[in-house]
Amino acid sequence: MFITRILHNDRGGQIMLAVLAVVLVLVPVLNLLVPEGNFLHMPTYLVTLLGKYLTYALLAIAVDLVWGYLGILSLGHGAFFALGGYAMGMYLMRQIGDRGVYGNPNLPDFMVFLNWKEMPWFWQGFDMFWFAMLMVLLVPGVLAFVFGWLAFRSRVTGVYLSIITQALTYALLLAFFRNEMGFGGNNGLTDFKDILGFSLQSDNTRMTLFVLSGLALAGGYLLCRFIINSKLGRIVVAIRDAESRTRFVGYRVEHYKVWVFMVSAMLAGVAGALYVPQVGIINPGEFSPLNSIEIVIWVAIGGRATLYGAVIGAILVNYAKTVFTGLMPESWIFMLGALFVLVTLYLPQGLAGLVQNLKDSRWFHKRVQA
Amino acid sequence: MLKTHDLPRIFLLSLLLWFSPLLQAEQESAAFTQAAALFAEASFDKTGEAIDLLAASGDPEVVPYLQALLDGKLYQHEEQGTLVIVADGASTDGLRKIPTKNSLRRSLRAAIGQLSLSSPDASVRLTSANGLLETITPDMAPQLRGLLDKETDPAVQEALSLGLAMADLNAAEQPVRLAAIASLAGNLNPGVRNRLTTMTTDSDAAVAKAAQASLKAIEDRAELYGYAETLFFGLSLGSVLVLAAIGLAITFGVMGVINMAHGELIMLGAYTTYIVQQLMPQAIDYSLFVAVPAAFIVSGLMGILIERTVIRHLYGRPLETLLATFGISLILQQLVRTVISPQNVPVSNPSWMSGSLEINSVLSLTYNRLYIVLFCLMVFALLYFVLRKTNLGLQVRAVSQNRAMARAMGVRSARVDALTFGLGSGIAGVAGVALSQLTNVGPNLGQSYIIDSFMVVVFGGVGNLWGTLVAGLSLGVVNKVLEPWAGAVLAKILVLVFIILFIQKRPRGLFPQKGRAAGD
Repeated sequence: MFITRILHNDRGGQIMLAVLAVVLVLVPVLNLLVPEGNFLHMPTYLVTLLGKYLTYALLAIAVDLVWGYLGILSLGHGAFFALGGYAMGMYLMRQIGDRGVYGNPNLPDFMVFLNWKEMPWFWQGFDMFWFAMLMVLLVPGVLAFVFGWLAFRSRVTGVYLSIITQALTYALLLAFFRNEMGFGGNNGLTDFKDILGFSLQSDNTRMTLFVLSGLALAGGYLLCRFIINSKLGRIVVAIRDAESRTRFVGYRVEHYKVWVFMVSAMLAGVAGALYVPQVGIINPGEFSPLNSIEIVIWVAIGGRATLYGAVIGAILVNYAKTVFTGLMPESWIFMLGALFVLVTLYLPQGLAGLVQNLKDSRWFHKRVQA
Repeated sequence: MLKTHDLPRIFLLSLLLWFSPLLQAEQESAAFTQAAALFAEASFDKTGEAIDLLAASGDPEVVPYLQALLDGKLYQHEEQGTLVIVADGASTDGLRKIPTKNSLRRSLRAAIGQLSLSSPDASVRLTSANGLLETITPDMAPQLRGLLDKETDPAVQEALSLGLAMADLNAAEQPVRLAAIASLAGNLNPGVRNRLTTMTTDSDAAVAKAAQASLKAIEDRAELYGYAETLFFGLSLGSVLVLAAIGLAITFGVMGVINMAHGELIMLGAYTTYIVQQLMPQAIDYSLFVAVPAAFIVSGLMGILIERTVIRHLYGRPLETLLATFGISLILQQLVRTVISPQNVPVSNPSWMSGSLEINSVLSLTYNRLYIVLFCLMVFALLYFVLRKTNLGLQVRAVSQNRAMARAMGVRSARVDALTFGLGSGIAGVAGVALSQLTNVGPNLGQSYIIDSFMVVVFGGVGNLWGTLVAGLSLGVVNKVLEPWAGAVLAKILVLVFIILFIQKRPRGLFPQKGRAAGD
């Protein structure tokens, strides 16, 4: 079968997807079928929280694809995530219709507030779901294409590339903070009501979004694994390990780079689009360089160039963040900072590498004893 | 025999004697006695003659008397006939006030102006010539011409010829007026501008046209100074960028270490300024002189600590260094939030930083910006000197070019690494002192400068101090040039986009390293 062939030789991925499948079945049962008040009942806010983690995990996979396999440390993937989120947010804004505070059937509240008379051209079409979904893929994709085409063709690599990706997201952060940009400025887009006619507040919609996030994660994982297992994937790894050599062998390195970078950006866009309806807001803060760099640490902690490591890292770090910002908000930043330092110093392969090492050594001991 | 009402008079006279034996002597001079006699006749005509007499004496010492007469404070002793200046509120018993009227006051003003114009003190002449512009009339032109011929001080000459031109503007003959208008072209005095603006609607068409032309020249000139001001703002912003980036130019450029905690080292410098000012609240004016070395030491030591504990293990792995130092930056920020305060802290400016240097009526340079530019150049020169002329600098360059060879020659590379990093970090701290004078000092201070700093270093070309200087200053200027029509935020975005595109074109910056040092 197709999927088994992709996951052949990917033990971690098999386990991860199996766990994901169990979660995707178990959570709806615990939330919808187990009655409220029961010990096993899962409250809806927890479902949404899990859904948020799953979108982060998808984002982490996207980063792992370019960092782990292509060797590009992108410090701007939060920008693609946020752009996907904004595309979704614009659709959700249009769905509000005349239920806004100002009750204007044509214009979102913030435009009425800014005294705008008509919708700017780039808001056209976002009332159609299919169009918005297309934009979720296209906007990050095109940005990644233009950026990658410029950067990779002139062979900007390594740290330079990291810094200009950071500049990219920083520039977008500043731009989206401007009211004149037409994306709600500082406040971003919020107060969403419903999606495709289903209320965003209802348990069923939230559950659907959760399941969709899980499916998107699984799909994204399989896609990345497929790309890496393919012939193209081998070239991508070759580029990571010896770029000049690959170029001299005759491959157009920049084409492969742009291609993979685009796929990664689109995955990030999808993650953003799933994130926004669950969280209920998208604002320019998502573009902040800090967010992008946090994604990188998820991947580093999970272990790069493993894909499943990225998933584990994203979920673990964000779970820790939720717990510690709740318990002692002061300490979380210290812990995050320490994580950055300790992981790079002592855990260069991440958790996945740690597990691998343990397994290797146990296997080694058995052999020696036998 | 002394009467009680004599006392104030005696007091005043003794005051005059006390303060100014010279004045007393002058009062006995011929002009004074004659004038006093004329004043005594108590008629306006005679008073006018007296004023003319005093003015004609050409003696600057009569100015206080004329001024007192103008202010209604000049009295004459009823019996002795001596002239007395009476201070506000003093008794006037036995004294007669010398009355004036409008026409007399006018000639008084003119006389005072002219007499001050012949004062031996050039600064008095200049003030008086500038004051003249307010009340100038065409009939003053001949006198001004005479004064102009005798004048030697260039500043006063300029003021006088301006006054002359202003006087000629109202002359009866058209050629005189036209010549005056032409000579005023490009003059930045606001009074001139107003006068010419009113003259553009003059009934004489030729005059109106000439006035328009001169006004155009004035506006062009003002615009030129506007550009100069933008340039100055740009240079001061650029200096801030250079200051923030130059430490990074060392750690990133020379050592190849991506230090994301650089911004936090700047922040530590700013907080050091705050703490120094808390420790010496009586001497804010001198606090910066203490804060600069203190910040250098604090940030430098912190830098050495970071290098010894973390970065040392990550040489040759730039992306890992980036992540680890980012973690350090988070820890330092949170440390400041926890230990000092999550809010901004107040840092005061020394008094010598406030105020501005006025070049002319359109262009004035604020001192704090001026000092930032100077400070930036000083730091740059010092750093350049250290890297080029000292033993440490030689070793730093050796290690950065070829570590193995440098070690073979006996350079202790680990020690050099630590010192270089300490130097770069210390400079960041010094930059923090400068920034504390310009922006709010808070835990996020560094974060807002880190991306800019990297942009400057990358734009200028890594490993090149001159490149950093040129890149920082030019980015600052570009930013300020774009600001008027794009707005501050959009200007910043445009600059970022420009750099992103620029790096595509020249990945190694403005001044790339050549030869083996370029690495790869």
